[in-house]
Amino acid sequence: MNMMIKAYKRKFDVANGRIDLSHGAGGRAMGQLIEGIFHKAFDNDWLRAGNDQSAFSVPGGRMVMTTDGYVVSPPFFPGGNIGTLAVHGTINDIAMAGAVPLYLSASFIIEEGFPLVDLERIADSMGSASREAGVPIITGDTKVVERGKADGVFISTAGIGMVPDGLDLRSDAARPGDAVIISGSIGDHGVAVMSKRENLEFDTDIVSDSAALHGLVADMVAAGGAHIRLMRDPTRGGIAATLNEIASQSRVGFRIDEEAIPMKPEVAAACEFLGLDPLNVANEGKLVAVVAPEGADAVLAAIHTHPLGAEAALIGHVVADDNYFVQMLTSFGGGRIVDWLSGEQLPRIC
Amino acid sequence: MKYIDEYRDGSLAKDVARQITALADPARSYHFMEFCGGHTHAISRYGLEDLLPANVRMIHGPGCPVCVLPIGRIDAAIALAMRPEITLCTYGDLMRVPGSNGSSLLKAKAAGADIRMVYSTLDALQIGEAEPDREVVFFAIGFETTTPTTALALKAAIARGLGNFSIFCNHVLTPAAIQNILESPDVRKLGTIKIDGFIGPAHVSTVIGTEPYEFFAEEFRKPVVVAGFEPLDVIQAILMLVRQVSDGRHEVENQYIRAVTALGNEKAQAEVANFFELRESFEWRGLGEVPYGALRLRPQYAAYDAEKRFSMVTPAAKDNPACECGAILRGVKKPADCKLFGTVCTPDTPMGSCMVSSEGACAAHWAYGRFREKVRQVDARRAVA
Ligand code: SF4
Repeated sequence: MNMMIKAYKRKFDVANGRIDLSHGAGGRAMGQLIEGIFHKAFDNDWLRAGNDQSAFSVPGGRMVMTTDGYVVSPPFFPGGNIGTLAVHGTINDIAMAGAVPLYLSASFIIEEGFPLVDLERIADSMGSASREAGVPIITGDTKVVERGKADGVFISTAGIGMVPDGLDLRSDAARPGDAVIISGSIGDHGVAVMSKRENLEFDTDIVSDSAALHGLVADMVAAGGAHIRLMRDPTRGGIAATLNEIASQSRVGFRIDEEAIPMKPEVAAACEFLGLDPLNVANEGKLVAVVAPEGADAVLAAIHTHPLGAEAALIGHVVADDNYFVQMLTSFGGGRIVDWLSGEQLPRIC
Repeated sequence: MKYIDEYRDGSLAKDVARQITALADPARSYHFMEFCGGHTHAISRYGLEDLLPANVRMIHGPGCPVCVLPIGRIDAAIALAMRPEITLCTYGDLMRVPGSNGSSLLKAKAAGADIRMVYSTLDALQIGEAEPDREVVFFAIGFETTTPTTALALKAAIARGLGNFSIFCNHVLTPAAIQNILESPDVRKLGTIKIDGFIGPAHVSTVIGTEPYEFFAEEFRKPVVVAGFEPLDVIQAILMLVRQVSDGRHEVENQYIRAVTALGNEKAQAEVANFFELRESFEWRGLGEVPYGALRLRPQYAAYDAEKRFSMVTPAAKDNPACECGAILRGVKKPADCKLFGTVCTPDTPMGSCMVSSEGACAAHWAYGRFREKVRQVDARRAVA
């Protein structure tokens, strides 16, 4: 009897297979896909239970929740892929509240024709990323859309975490005199992704800085939690967008020093070549922290001892400014504004 | 990397700035125009104005090929791109340039037009070869620097017998525009302009050399210094201009000897001359009609000329009448003098040409320099109180 069922079953051939519409239709093919790729890659007790949701217990206190969508072109880039980005990005959104991330969910929208090997690669690296971070993916969803209705694969995630007692980071908490700290070099992720864009391939050794920051955050909180006003991961829009966001939410200005901002020479050169401002370029494994002056040294020291924060630097201060300007002393000795980006950052022609 | 750092050395720059202050006569003021948007960008991005003495002022010229493209040409490109058989290839920074009534290539793309962002003319050629059923049009734009690559693309298209490739030519010429800034009917209308000298764009001169400016320096008795785009290049050029003014000279000097020669790249010039000829007149956004200020394809290449091949028309379209671009591009006014600056006109909602690309005078001032006015206002308020 068992043999008969096997005979009818379509072989789940990861090496040569592609996503087709049946993989999203709720039938056996979908079951094979989920078992053969996602459950295998993310493996944990919650998923093994095979429900459409997962029950879990949480300690009491304040909880944070976040949700995010990932649409990256190309899906694979030096230093990571759309899947690792989804895991790291969601963990970081939780960590920026000073919270300890607990669980993730992942939902996939896959375009018909997408190679199963690529999907497996993405899922496997997501599984490793979540295991390394100690934050399991405990529920998920899969949809398949017709060819042309998506760009390969889109991933949506949600995450929850718990805020340690007594910690309350708010986006409007920056005060004049506070120190601004960045945990490492800027622009690595954006340049790594751009270097692999169609028509734009250029030679660079830059890899994405994609990383989960909750360990670093835990160290920072332990060293100077009471002094940390707020944290933000400068992803899309780069540190320019992050600082402008904080400035308008906290109704303050910033004075930063270009010389102090850590940047790899290769990133500087690539930005120069493409006509991009590295301050606008995305990061995926960096954080900006605004810290009360009396705690700045302790927090910076804690960041420096963490492997993800070796190049951390104090890059400037919060100032009183009714215009909420982010001003920068340039490496050249002049002053300028650091503004939001208008529209998408497009390489210039001359 | 080393290379870049050398031209961004802040202490060297301060040294040059000190020399400028020492040399500049405190009893007079100096107005220099940097023609090219690349210089404008460097000046704003590195805050060069903060290093200069108050009596040395920079005027941001019209030299950004995206900014000077008139609305009508954008409208014409959009109309062409909307035709079902057309694939329009364009550089990324043209996508957001506003046409009439808030239109843009970006919006046309969203509405279904087949518009592809490319990074070089060769990308467009490749699309033409890969998709023989499409009519592939390359939206060519730029100063003397980019014209040779368009010429080479044409040459390659002809050699490969590519029948579905054509060019919408919007190449413009630098010396003609500089001349127009000093001598045009608008100048008389807008009042006298005080320009004591020009910084010429190095990348243009790598192609055309410094020679085309000789007549101009002589005729208008204005010094021209051809300079590179690193901040140190710019500030050195300013020093050279101040020196010429105090010596009473009006010569063409070359700050960018590392790549520019008097005659330029004659091979590139010959390629350009093969395929292109002067337009008697071409509208520049912000400057109006500039005689002999642009190029078009020679008649024998009509088959590759999108304007002829698709009977394109350039509709007349006007900038917002309150826009002060004309005065700003000629140095009569500053961005903040325009009533629309920062209110209705911002880089997200550009009304005039100077706000269109990040290299335009208004956009650069908005993005990098607008705190200066605020600081001045606060200082003034404090002085009164
Ligand atoms: S602010 Fe806008 S409208 Fe005014 S001059 Fe500049 S570009 Fe023109």
